Amino acid sequence: MGRFRKKEKKAAPTINTGSLADLVFILLFFFMVISTMRESTLLVRVVVPQATEVHKIERKSLVSNIHIGPPLPHLVAALGTEPRIQLNDQIADVSEIQTFILAEREARAEADVPFLTTSLRVDREVRMRIVTAVKQELRQVGAFRLNYSTTQTNALF
Amino acid sequence: MVKKSPTINGGSTADLAFLCLAFFMMTSSMDHDRGILRRLPPPLPPDAIPPEIRERNVLPVLVNMHDQLRVQGREIDIRDLRRITKEFFSNPFNDPHLSEQVEREFPHLGMVWTSRGVVSLQNDHGTTYEMYIKVQNELTAAINELRDEMSRAHFGVPFSSLRAGDERRHSIQRAIQMAISEAEPRDG
Repeated sequence: MGRFRKKEKKAAPTINTGSLADLVFILLFFFMVISTMRESTLLVRVVVPQATEVHKIERKSLVSNIHIGPPLPHLVAALGTEPRIQLNDQIADVSEIQTFILAEREARAEADVPFLTTSLRVDREVRMRIVTAVKQELRQVGAFRLNYSTTQTNALF
Repeated sequence: MVKKSPTINGGSTADLAFLCLAFFMMTSSMDHDRGILRRLPPPLPPDAIPPEIRERNVLPVLVNMHDQLRVQGREIDIRDLRRITKEFFSNPFNDPHLSEQVEREFPHLGMVWTSRGVVSLQNDHGTTYEMYIKVQNELTAAINELRDEMSRAHFGVPFSSLRAGDERRHSIQRAIQMAISEAEPRDG
C-alpha cells in the first residue's frame, strides 16, 4: 500500500531568518526617532509636583533644565541636606545660572534663541526661597520663557 | 559554467541589530516634559514707578510659610481658589468689589466684556514648592475655564480644540488674559 508508506526521515524544516535583521532594524529606527537621549544623571532628588493644567513641551531640544532638590542619599556627606541646584552634570550656585543660560544660548542656532525655554524641575518639598532666587537670575539674563515641570493628574484634591 | 558567488552568512545581523536596539532603549527616554508654562516679567529699572491700579482690580493672593492661603483678606481653602478667581475676573453681577469690566472689540468675537483685573500673587520664602504649584495651577485652571466658556459660547467648540495658529484662539487669549503678577516674596 503505497498510500501508507512510512515517511522517510526528514530534517526539521527551518524558518528563514534572513528578514529578521530587517525587522529588528525597523524597530531600532522607530525607537531612535521617537526617543531622545537620557539627560544627565541626577545628583539631587527631584519628585516634581502634580498639576492638572499642564502643557506638553513640544521641542525638547529647545529646553534647558534646571534641577533643584536635596542631594541624593549617597551625596549627603559631601553636599549636605539643604536643596541644591544642578546644572548639566554638576552642582552649581545661584550665581552660575546666568553663565549657564548664556552657554545654552550659544549652543543653539540664533533663530531658535527666542524660543528657548527654561524648565524648572524642582522637588515638591523644596522651599520657595531658592526657586525665587533662580527666577530672579533668569529675569536678569532675559530667559523669560519658563516651565514649572509637573506630572499630569486628573484631580488635585 | 558560471560559478556561484560566495554569500556572507547573515544570520548574526539580527543579533547585532538587537544589540543596537537594546543600547538605544537603555540610553534614551521617551517621556515628554510637561508643566505649567509662564512668562517672567522683564527686570524693572530701579526708578520704575508702579502703575496705578484701582484696588477693586487687584485680587491679592497670599501664601504664607505654613502654606496657608489668604485671598481678599480672608483665609480660604485651596479648593475655593478657582471659584473665587473666576468670580473675580468674570464679575457676573457687577459687584463693585470685584474687577471692573470694559467692553472691547476683538476679531471673530465682536464686542465682549473684558476684565481689568490682575491677580497679585505673593508667596513667602518658606512656602513649599508643591503649594506654590497648586496655587499656580488653580489660577491657570480658572483662566482656562473662562476661556473655555467663552469659546463654547461664541464658537460652540471647546477652547482646547482651537489650534495654535487659529485667530479665534488668539482673540480669546487677548480677551481673557493670564493676568498674574508676582510680588517679591517676603520673609515671615
